[in-house]
Amino acid sequence: MTTATKERAENALQEKIQEKIRGIAATLLENGTVDAVIGYSRGSLSHMTRAIMAKTREDAQKLVFNSHCRMNLAAYLTPELMEKACAGKDRAGKVAVVAKGCDSRNMVIQIQENRYARDQVHIIGVPCTGMLDKAALARGVEQEQANCATCIRRNPVIHDDLAGDPVPETDPDKDRFADVAKIEAMAPPEKAAFFDDLVSGCTRCYACRNACPLCYCPTCFVDEARPQWVGKTVDPTDVMTYHLVRAFHDAGRCTDCGACEAACPMDIPMRHFTRKTIRDTVTAFGCEAGTDPDKRPALDRFELKDPEGFIR
Amino acid sequence: MSEFQPKIVTFLCNWCSYGAADLAGVSRFQYPPNMRIIRIPCSGRVSAKMILHAIRSGADGVWISGCHPGDCHYIEGNYYARRKFYLLRELLAHTGLEPDRLQFSWISSAEGVKFAQVAQEVIQTITALGPAQRLIKQMPDAVAEVA
Repeated sequence: MTTATKERAENALQEKIQEKIRGIAATLLENGTVDAVIGYSRGSLSHMTRAIMAKTREDAQKLVFNSHCRMNLAAYLTPELMEKACAGKDRAGKVAVVAKGCDSRNMVIQIQENRYARDQVHIIGVPCTGMLDKAALARGVEQEQANCATCIRRNPVIHDDLAGDPVPETDPDKDRFADVAKIEAMAPPEKAAFFDDLVSGCTRCYACRNACPLCYCPTCFVDEARPQWVGKTVDPTDVMTYHLVRAFHDAGRCTDCGACEAACPMDIPMRHFTRKTIRDTVTAFGCEAGTDPDKRPALDRFELKDPEGFIR
Repeated sequence: MSEFQPKIVTFLCNWCSYGAADLAGVSRFQYPPNMRIIRIPCSGRVSAKMILHAIRSGADGVWISGCHPGDCHYIEGNYYARRKFYLLRELLAHTGLEPDRLQFSWISSAEGVKFAQVAQEVIQTITALGPAQRLIKQMPDAVAEVA
């Protein structure tokens, strides 16, 4: 298939998915199965979508699905939203969520971490063929997001409805950590320079943190004052400390959904930090975050034979 | 200037390595005085924030010591710590920090000799690396002048 025909095929596929999502959402809302449906709707800018909480049949017709659904809607599944969804009703809230493969992996982790119960969410799974990179689009180039190119779960891990036929998964034997290996081959000063330059544009807006479905601490470490772990300035050390700790907090949990990069107004490829932790969790502990609902996240369990060559 | 003397922030588990340090002391085993010891309930208590905080405040190295695998007072705290430290050490090395600035060891409370020996090794390794350059918070000039 040429690129143009492939794109047309993808668009047709996505349109079908969109119709199905609208149908499923309308039925769920009409039957009262859920209080609300969280999905994507058209954004005010081209090549963008925004999140919507549909509560009526009419709202459901605003739901869309295309190559610009970069957000991870699992980030909206907060206790506050659940409460809001069922306001005035005499029971716990239940919401439906549109979830791509990576989003469903995040939901597996959220359920494992007791963020909400499995029966409180109705997952409208979407077999995903990848999203378009927003930074490349700004340059006029249609290009798949880097995290989609190395995706291992295009189809949802858990779902209640599937809005479309499952798509083939990518070849599992493919070397998907070439980017990490490339940085590892550098000398330490080069690595330092690479990462210093990488985050030099950061304005500490915390969009990456807010977009992340795994960043839900009631008080984020950047807001803690006693002790103050990290300064609130754009001082290079503060910025680097923020990115290091953010990446480390997601170690063993990050599913490489790319929502952080997609949310960044400065187009900082901060996935370079999390990619390293993902690679290490896979190679050292054999864990793929969120792919198995019965397995605890990597840092919440251990093996007697974990690597300890670095310990005296 | 005299020879470089590193500052090393040392986190010692209350149930083993802290006792080992005590034993090394009462047994009069010698090791250089470069360490600032902080007592913690378990090596699993140490978080990435604490390690980075030590470095950004001017430590040239961080040494964390806990119980041998299988000997944890809380049964399995050091196993979780081991995974955590492995990932953190890798991540910091990946972003350009010398991996040897972070030192880890398992020392039981009976191992006073090992404590003094490892302390010497840790101090030697970090002295050889020289003063820390990376991830140190420099106060802005304006503030420094007021201070």
